[in-house]
Amino acid sequence: MPWGEFKDTAAERRLFQRRTVVMLVFVILMLGGLLGRMYQLQVVEHETYTTISDKNRVQVQSVPPPRGLIYDRNGKLLAENRPVFSVTLVPERVDGMDETLAQLGRILDISEQDLERFHRRLQEPRRPFQEIPLRYDLTEQEIARLAVHRHELPGVEVEAELVRYYPHSELTAHVLGYVGRINREELQRIDPVNYAGTNYIGKSGVERFYEQTLHGKVGYQHVETNARGRTLRVLERENPVPGEDLELHLDLRLQQRAHELLDGRRGAVIAIEPKTGGILALASVPGFDANKFVTGISVDDYRALSQSKDKPLFNRALRGQYPPGSVMKPMLAIAALDSGVTTRDRTIWDPGYFQLKDGGRRYRDWKRGGHGWVDLKDAIAESCDIYFYETAVEMGVDTMSGYLSSFGFGEDAALDVSGALSGLLPSREWKRAMRNEPWYPGDSVNLGIGQGFMLATPLQMATATALIANRGTWIEPRLLSDVIGDDSVEDVLPDETHEPLKLKNPDDWEYVVESMAEVMHGTKGTARRAGSDAPYRMAGKTGTAQVFSLAEDEEYDAEEIRERLRDHALFVGFAPVEDPQIVVSVIVENGGSGSGTAAPVARALFDAWLLEFSEGSDSGLVSQAAGGLD
Amino acid sequence: MALKDLVDPAASGPLARSRGLWSALHLDPILLFLLLILVSGGLFVLYSGADRNIEVVKAQGIRLGVAFVVMLVFAQLDPAVFRRWAPWLYAAGLVALAAVLVMGVGAKGAQRWLALPGLPRFQPSEIMKLVVPMMAAWYLSRHFLPPRLSQVAVGLVIVLVPMVMIIQQPDLGTSLLVGMAGLFVVFFAGMSWKLIAAFVAMASVSAPLMWFFVMREYQKQRVLTLLDPQSDPLGAGWNIIQSKTAIGSGGIDGKGWLQGTQSHLEFLPESHTDFIVAVLAEEFGFVGMLVLLAVYFLIILRCLYIAATAQDSFSRLLAGALTMTFFIYIFVNVGMVSGLLPVVGVPLPLISYGGTSGVTLMAAFGVLMSIHTHRRMISA
Repeated sequence: MPWGEFKDTAAERRLFQRRTVVMLVFVILMLGGLLGRMYQLQVVEHETYTTISDKNRVQVQSVPPPRGLIYDRNGKLLAENRPVFSVTLVPERVDGMDETLAQLGRILDISEQDLERFHRRLQEPRRPFQEIPLRYDLTEQEIARLAVHRHELPGVEVEAELVRYYPHSELTAHVLGYVGRINREELQRIDPVNYAGTNYIGKSGVERFYEQTLHGKVGYQHVETNARGRTLRVLERENPVPGEDLELHLDLRLQQRAHELLDGRRGAVIAIEPKTGGILALASVPGFDANKFVTGISVDDYRALSQSKDKPLFNRALRGQYPPGSVMKPMLAIAALDSGVTTRDRTIWDPGYFQLKDGGRRYRDWKRGGHGWVDLKDAIAESCDIYFYETAVEMGVDTMSGYLSSFGFGEDAALDVSGALSGLLPSREWKRAMRNEPWYPGDSVNLGIGQGFMLATPLQMATATALIANRGTWIEPRLLSDVIGDDSVEDVLPDETHEPLKLKNPDDWEYVVESMAEVMHGTKGTARRAGSDAPYRMAGKTGTAQVFSLAEDEEYDAEEIRERLRDHALFVGFAPVEDPQIVVSVIVENGGSGSGTAAPVARALFDAWLLEFSEGSDSGLVSQAAGGLD
Repeated sequence: MALKDLVDPAASGPLARSRGLWSALHLDPILLFLLLILVSGGLFVLYSGADRNIEVVKAQGIRLGVAFVVMLVFAQLDPAVFRRWAPWLYAAGLVALAAVLVMGVGAKGAQRWLALPGLPRFQPSEIMKLVVPMMAAWYLSRHFLPPRLSQVAVGLVIVLVPMVMIIQQPDLGTSLLVGMAGLFVVFFAGMSWKLIAAFVAMASVSAPLMWFFVMREYQKQRVLTLLDPQSDPLGAGWNIIQSKTAIGSGGIDGKGWLQGTQSHLEFLPESHTDFIVAVLAEEFGFVGMLVLLAVYFLIILRCLYIAATAQDSFSRLLAGALTMTFFIYIFVNVGMVSGLLPVVGVPLPLISYGGTSGVTLMAAFGVLMSIHTHRRMISA
């Protein structure tokens, strides 16, 4: 009988009551502690929390600056900003995420990729009530359809933002590059304050190089918001400083002409104004639609572009590294003359081949049977290989390498061209380091006609040709001609670093220039057909780069080889000879011969620049003068 | 009303006449009155915390109505019934907890519910908040008090077994409340102070061990966030920063009902559930908090009186433990919302939106009323 009143002794009751008193004291102390905490927060620190509460309510929002525009030299708009609408979701306000997404899928065209990106962003840490974008670039019909269904879709918003647009997309993609969404690595690099409201950043080309200038400075506005960030009213505003507009040396007409001339082929054209170094045209064909990359290219589109055999994403003008072949001969002629290895009077017998020693390997001339007796001018005009084989061996690699590097080979000499490669200028040290082999005389023979290890980009070939056109004065190629804003060109353009190439006898420049004029106008000039019937004199050099090497003495027929294995056609040149206005370098991949394919492209560009467009710029000058009279 | 009246209105005053009716209903009018004040005031705060959503208030009203009915039912049962059933309920509870671990359902990585065919879904751990103190009280009150060391040990085992099972779900908050309910029984039974001191010492030593071997990553994160909310201002720290801001910006007399910017502009998360006290503090200020804590204190005071005047050890131990569990709810919730304690999922009793714990709490008050109204006349 353990229970009941019998066991309920007075002692047990007293024990319990003592414990109850202890607990009561405990409760009073703890509740007093809570009250003390409330006193601390609500009375002592009241001011602090009132400030935080107001800060919560009143938010500082970043206002992204509009990105600077890009114009060509004639004021033609190349890159602008257009409002684009996107649909976003605030997960906290959405009733049933899956149903909402399903319903949006019926109203809009939402891809797997959009959904995947959305779900990924949903997992990432974020502020409550922060919106997550689902799809960009809504059409007007889609916006209208969303508006109709708006009341059924809580938490779904349509937002507008300015997005880059390239009106001449394919023409300018390889020059301007494009902007795209800021990715993880870029996020680490950029200034988080200035980019607080910015979603896009220059990924390549001018957009990338002049990112800072184009971006501008972020603005702020103090707004009263709720926790969703929905703005109730604007209290105070500091406007953003828009990005500065850029004017390029580029001439859209010439750029377009270059694209037309290369249409249907794979190749590149660079045109430079030698006096300023300004790049007039930078074409890599085929191009691509840069607008597709801005808001995020679809997987299928990207696959189509990246897997195309014509490699439209590959910037041949800046990143195509080709064996330059015979277009190197004018530069090597300068080297041979200035180093004293040869003279203008020296003649060489060309039997159609060259041997380092009797009975050794025969290095062929492109012309079977040879050119007979040739001096240096003939050797350039007729592109005689034997003359250059011989002077190359006499100069040796160190001399050749030294002079070629003064022409800008083996480096990226351009000032503001993003992504340009530096080719390969071989040297004794390079071969030792990379191949662990000594430099053989045979290597010099190959280098003498721009073959062997040597690689150069079309931009480098144009740069070297511009140095000849300028008779040794270095003016680095550049895209930027003017900044429309607070900065001047000097503020944003990198410093020029090259010393002029001074020859012992400066007349050698004229000699080589005349030899290049012979290429175009001489009776035996390799490009005489491209140079005929011109009202001005031009200078040039053709080249042919072998796609694969042929065995010694092997005959081949270009027509039998599949198109993709045909030689690359090269040409460099400038015009007019006396007062060069334009330097051009052309490469047509698998074009066959430089004289047949590449030289006519250059001639058409010379004509366009000197005859066709110059009238337009004349009239521009006239109207400017008239404007000045007012 | 004098304090004496508050403690026992039946002794004198105008309520004395109606004592017969209250006895017949087995209700304690003072406790009922205090609970109704708390609940009706709570509904006003809830209306603001739920951003003027009257549907939420209606749903909570219905739920509280059900809870009052449960209280009424429990009040009708004689305490002897609880005592007789305690071991069987305890055994059934353990089986149910084991079943939860094997075949329970739930969400967010925790399985807490049991869905048996033919029965509504229920949470066995919630029921254990009542059953564990009943069992401990049943066991300890069989012997002379204070208990001997061996009896204390058995009592602790009775508490620890379900606690460990609930931790496995995992549900640290409920496990803590169940454990506290059991430990209060042992304490009220007269466990010696030396032993208590030894346990406190052991607990402080084992805290680091808990950190490394028992606590889950998300629980550790909550503790770290408490120590430095700014370390994760947009994630876990957001709740604490925003609730402290809500409380602090309320000041002495508050921003006024429905005028809290923190809650109505949606900065304060969970503003109608676990964090509802921040809404009250923001809108009614320090004065409002003083009133709330005073009402809670009066409820506790009345319940401790009921416990002290109970007629047998079982009733006393059970009543005392249930009262202190109610207090722990208040302390943990208010401590958490004001940034004194880590974020644990404990609601503000009888005010936070949500039904499960409300029903259990009202059942506990039913037990207390039963104890108070089933006293034998011989002791009067």
